[in-house]
Amino acid sequence: MTLNAAITGVGMSDIGRKTNRPAILHLAEAVKRALDCAGLTKDDIDGISTYPGKADNSPGMSPLGTGEVRNALGLKTRWHSAVPDGPSQMAPIQVAAMAVATGQARHVLCFRALTESSSQTATRRASIPGAGRARLGGWYSYLVPANAMSASNWAGWMAQRYFHEFGMTREHLGLVATGQRAFAQKNPSAVMRTPLTMDEYLGARMISSPLGLFDCDVPIDGACVVIVSAADAAKDCAKAPLTIEAMGAALGSQETWDQRTDLTTMGAHDSAADMWKRTDLKPADVDMLALYDGFSIFVPYWLEALGFCGHGEAKDFIAEGNIGPGGRFPVNTGGGQLSGGRLHGFGLLHEACMQLWGQADGRQVADAKVAACGMGGGFIAGSMLLRRD
Amino acid sequence: MRPLPELTPENTAFWTGGAQGELIIAFCGDCDHAIHPPQLVCPKCWSEAVEFKTVPGTGTVYTYTVNHQPWMPDMPVPFALAVVDLDGAPGVRVTAEVVNTDPETVRIGQAVRVTFANVDDVWFPQWEPAQ
Ligand SMILES: [Zn+2]
Repeated sequence: MTLNAAITGVGMSDIGRKTNRPAILHLAEAVKRALDCAGLTKDDIDGISTYPGKADNSPGMSPLGTGEVRNALGLKTRWHSAVPDGPSQMAPIQVAAMAVATGQARHVLCFRALTESSSQTATRRASIPGAGRARLGGWYSYLVPANAMSASNWAGWMAQRYFHEFGMTREHLGLVATGQRAFAQKNPSAVMRTPLTMDEYLGARMISSPLGLFDCDVPIDGACVVIVSAADAAKDCAKAPLTIEAMGAALGSQETWDQRTDLTTMGAHDSAADMWKRTDLKPADVDMLALYDGFSIFVPYWLEALGFCGHGEAKDFIAEGNIGPGGRFPVNTGGGQLSGGRLHGFGLLHEACMQLWGQADGRQVADAKVAACGMGGGFIAGSMLLRRD
Repeated sequence: MRPLPELTPENTAFWTGGAQGELIIAFCGDCDHAIHPPQLVCPKCWSEAVEFKTVPGTGTVYTYTVNHQPWMPDMPVPFALAVVDLDGAPGVRVTAEVVNTDPETVRIGQAVRVTFANVDDVWFPQWEPAQ
């Protein structure tokens, strides 16, 4: 099966910590690089898609809306979408794929821009839901006022239960973190490139047990763009189109992080199952993986959700060396968000595309043709298989 | 200063029951389904006959974490946060801070009981060891 949609270009700005560079400048740089990658001009872009849309109450977390990007870059778009509720950080890609498949647009500019690092002060963190609001509503009003303010806490609950049921230890998560750091050392655009040993990992300060500092992704400033094109329009682009083979989405449990019946699974399991139903490809056909790693614990969850190993078996799968440099199923070969920086999944997609185009210098997976991508944590998730023919 | 929840028709009983020392959960008056977070329609049978009933206020730790990071300037750390399977409300978990114990002693499977902390018009459920 094949969707009538492909990725034709990706671009990432120079990312960093405390750049104090306005978001629109990061984005303009990423857009230019994506257009160059695809062999398109700005006049070819007729759609624009982002997640979650401009968030005025959360400084730096989502500083740009679709309209102001259109204005600032002089785009001639007619279709646009911003998706705060949807299949995770992959939502803008999935929505764009549907837009081009239904003829509403030819080339959609999907973007994520953050100035989270510059916006973070001693008293203000953009990542705290509802930060700065006098009174909270919604699902997180049952968590944040109880001092369960951070996704670190919510992911900590998952990890603790998973450790309890399946005997995973911090050393297993350490293999995720150190493995991705080893990849990052070969990626000039990653923000954390010094070697990370298991001892340093285990000795780092605890954030929310059993998750320590190196289990958490790194807030940064930067932008990343993915261009999604209609299949026929993609043929005219500079690079071989990366066909979207299948997608999956899920809101398969209550919309909160603490009420899912089995917290050793997450929305990933629902979206991945949906995705595999729509393709003849199997996990054995996959050459590399792009898995959302807001926290290291998400990686084993995604590996199990996508069927690379059974439920409860990820610790052994990881310990056998499958996901690090040289492994059969390398995960987050650019360093992931743990070492590369948090672009809400877009950086992971950027890396997957570079691998499929054979342009992941110094860390290239030989003859990579199929990438499995999974975004999201907790109850939200989106999955996608990308294929280079 | 911790943020407070806005009080609504569906959640006021949950957030204020602590004034009488009671943990109050929403139940469907027709099919007895326990509803949490509370809402005004039963997700199982769509009945609007939602009732707010006092539960024993005891439960079992399903999972927990010990938070070491001060997310706000005046936040004392460390503290434990527990997700607790509630007695008397099948399928419902109440997530709250664990108090009156060393956070490092909290364990999955531990029996806990509710206590409350009052801030303005809100009584936060908190957990403490049952024994
Ligand atoms: Zn009912």
